[in-house]
Amino acid sequence: MTFIPKPKVFHPALPKNALGLTRRDYEGAITTLCAGCGHDSVTAAVVQAFWDLSIEPHKVAKLSGIGCSSKTPAYFLRDAHGFNGVHGRMPALATGANAANGDIAYIGISGDGDSLSIGLGQMSHAIRRNVNLLYLLENNGVYGLTKGQFSAAADKGSLSKKGEGNTMEPIDGVLLALTLGASFVARSFSGDKDQLVPLLKAGLTHRGFAFIDIISPCVTFNDHEGSTKSYAYTREKKVDIVYADFVPPTHAITADYASGAVRDVVMHDGSVVRLHKVAEDYDPTDRDAAYAYVRELQRRGEVATGLLYIAPTSQDMHEQNATVPMPLTTLPFEQLCPGNAELQKLQQRFR
Amino acid sequence: MQPTNVGNPDYFHRVVDCQWACPAHTNVPEYIRLIAQDRFTEAYLVNRASNVFPGILGRTCDRPCEPACRRTRVDGKPVAICRLKRVAADHRDEVKELLPAAPAEKNGRRVALIGAGPASLTVANDLMPLGYQVTVFEKMPKPGGLMRTNIPAFRLPAEVLDEEIGYIIDMGVDVRYDTPVSSLQQLLDSGEYDAVFVGSGAPKGKELDIPGRWDTDQIFIGIEWLESIHFGHVESVGEKVIIIGVGNTAMDCCRSAKRLGATDVKVVARKTRKYFKASPWELEDAEEEKVEIVENLEPVRFIVENGKLTGMEFKQFKSTEVGGKLQQEVVGTTVIPCDTVVLAIGQDNAFPYIERNIGLEFGKWDMPVVDRTTFMSTRPGVFFGGDAAWGPANIIWAVEHGHQAAISIHNYCMGVAVTERPASGVTLTSTKMGLHEWAYSNNYSAAQRQKMQHVELPVRFKSMTTEVELGFTAEQTAAEVERCLNCDVQTHFTDSLCIECDACIDICPTDCLTITRNGDEADLRGRLKAPADNLEQPLFVSGSLKQTGRVMVKDENVCLHCGLCAERCPTYAWDMRKSMVAIPQASPLLQIQVRA
Repeated sequence: MTFIPKPKVFHPALPKNALGLTRRDYEGAITTLCAGCGHDSVTAAVVQAFWDLSIEPHKVAKLSGIGCSSKTPAYFLRDAHGFNGVHGRMPALATGANAANGDIAYIGISGDGDSLSIGLGQMSHAIRRNVNLLYLLENNGVYGLTKGQFSAAADKGSLSKKGEGNTMEPIDGVLLALTLGASFVARSFSGDKDQLVPLLKAGLTHRGFAFIDIISPCVTFNDHEGSTKSYAYTREKKVDIVYADFVPPTHAITADYASGAVRDVVMHDGSVVRLHKVAEDYDPTDRDAAYAYVRELQRRGEVATGLLYIAPTSQDMHEQNATVPMPLTTLPFEQLCPGNAELQKLQQRFR
Repeated sequence: MQPTNVGNPDYFHRVVDCQWACPAHTNVPEYIRLIAQDRFTEAYLVNRASNVFPGILGRTCDRPCEPACRRTRVDGKPVAICRLKRVAADHRDEVKELLPAAPAEKNGRRVALIGAGPASLTVANDLMPLGYQVTVFEKMPKPGGLMRTNIPAFRLPAEVLDEEIGYIIDMGVDVRYDTPVSSLQQLLDSGEYDAVFVGSGAPKGKELDIPGRWDTDQIFIGIEWLESIHFGHVESVGEKVIIIGVGNTAMDCCRSAKRLGATDVKVVARKTRKYFKASPWELEDAEEEKVEIVENLEPVRFIVENGKLTGMEFKQFKSTEVGGKLQQEVVGTTVIPCDTVVLAIGQDNAFPYIERNIGLEFGKWDMPVVDRTTFMSTRPGVFFGGDAAWGPANIIWAVEHGHQAAISIHNYCMGVAVTERPASGVTLTSTKMGLHEWAYSNNYSAAQRQKMQHVELPVRFKSMTTEVELGFTAEQTAAEVERCLNCDVQTHFTDSLCIECDACIDICPTDCLTITRNGDEADLRGRLKAPADNLEQPLFVSGSLKQTGRVMVKDENVCLHCGLCAERCPTYAWDMRKSMVAIPQASPLLQIQVRA
């Protein structure tokens, strides 16, 4: 961590977004994570994505559990709502909050311990319900807060800082999400903001559960030789499968790409995620093919990144359950609480 | 771009905008840090090493450093560098014992200096400790040149002048007062001197020869008038005074007129304010004293009735700016009543004592031909500096001329070519004291520039010698020193250590850093995290980074030198290193240095 706060001055030519805010207005408190932590880069990418989309900070809720990654909501969007919950229980909080108010943007920050160990069941059910949530899994392969034990995401054969090898099979967040029916599945790297920021924007615009597994090296406990989650290893093994370009709804779409190489997916709000397929014959809307492809690369020791799967149609929790279209806070009291007579009527239906 | 060579003394020197802009390259951040620690004596000595007259310059300098100050680009107002210099001078302890002394044993070389102004005094200051015997010829009864006779005492008290000039003269300089040189040839022919330095300034005020000029005795030349006031020959002035010209001399004239009893003082300018020669702060100080500054007027004639000056007639302009250039058209004439006029429209050089047949060539505008680097004229052994070299500039330039000429004179007397100049150097020292501790105050202070307090108007108008500026209070000093961004504590990058984690880029408050693929400068400037459109500020470009082959690029423009990049760097690729630029001066080691 640092001792001085980030000075509140900025570059004189710092641009403003549609709301008249600068990127600095989307920052939070200064980080207390280790210098060089991948999570801080993810935080910076999140700041950039929200700023780019001109989302009002107070119309965002940041949710997290426990872990290094789960601390990061304090470091972005200081004017947003936030809830730092019990270890692994962020998906339940997000589900509940989203049920009560579907009108604001939800971002859940989690790590490989929070999501793949203690919170595995939680995450699975949020995926199953297709909660409208941008779910980030900041994946460094170790438990950093408790001094670097292997996490459930650590690859078999990878070495700890002290040189011990991991003997257990990893749980891969991307393969798991694909299996469970997630409607948006991506993988990225904290050290590649050119790839990560458009993915975050696409994920925020996606209506449903947007899962992004972000390899985010632990510079203190897992950035050595023999690690498969280090900066150097990830840079060497990372393969861009589908590059996602985010096109806001107001921009005219000009098709100047060779057909077959580009595919546009229109989102709920009219914006477009333009997929540049770097790998030939890859269909990011075919779940089974995506699974097979990611698995194949994994066997070759490579890491598939990009927007790996996006469901052509996606119905989120509210649509599936035909809930009221407005936040409960704005629902008139008579509708929110129709009174004893209505309750009796309802109960009558179940007798 | 090629990787930046930070070993080149100029690279980091340029980042220290104030020091780069200062003609004498005063180490500004260093002395401001010393002031912050209440080490006023050391701060004074750091100043004196470069600019010789900290007390004088702390009140009167033209401050080329301040418009250059990085703080201006960050919060709009530069650090009050000049007035902090005065703080160091005002609060220093006795420094005499700490200054260089002249050795008892002389080196057998004699040097004559013409004029006892800042340029000559600097030459004496640099040469005396080397064992030279220095003689100064001065036409006035006191030393200081225009610093004494042209800068009114309400801006620069005589004690300050006497003390700082005393440090030099007391080394044993032989000053011959009331002794103008009447013939350079005679001086050279006397064979008494191994070298001669001409520092006689630009002592002739410009004339305005328009109808009526010679019909009255109430029209004065600015610098002569100020000199007469200084020596007590002028003790009063009319009620309505017009000053022609808007340079700094005009400002001294109008403010002096106020103290001599004038009630209506107008400064008349041909151009508009943007084009005035006076420093903005001198204009403000004059206006604070209820001097009216009138634009767009060009003198036509003096109106003299029965031998008495009653007014001046002017052509009146309408000014427009077309393509960044001032365009003026005449729209009429106007008359301003007055009983005194002071002409402050510039100064000329005058060398009546230099014969034109002694091998000392004169060129354009009857100015001596002087080499820009060596300060030597076409006659070997005769050197020029200060306003005498290339016309009117200012004190700090005169000091720098003196330093350079001293190097040349030393070379010349020691039989080394004057063109062999010693090289400057740079040393870099890490300021890291602990995990997040630095040997400088790295936190950014949001304090605004402190406003100098002035003596009340009625009090200051009572006397010619009441100093107007009160100096900074302890609180003001404490606030102002923290505004300095420590631009000499450099962000130093070691490319082989970088793991491209982006931590520095994410934390940088002013978006100075980018990791990107290399390109030419124009291309890179277009691809950085924040627009790098200040072309006067350099880009730092690293060598190729290990993991991706990209480069680290830093736009130096608005770096706060807060050290956050270094604090967030997990591998110490970034470090905050203090750069010390070694600016050569005449020294006993000089020839050894040159030959090395």
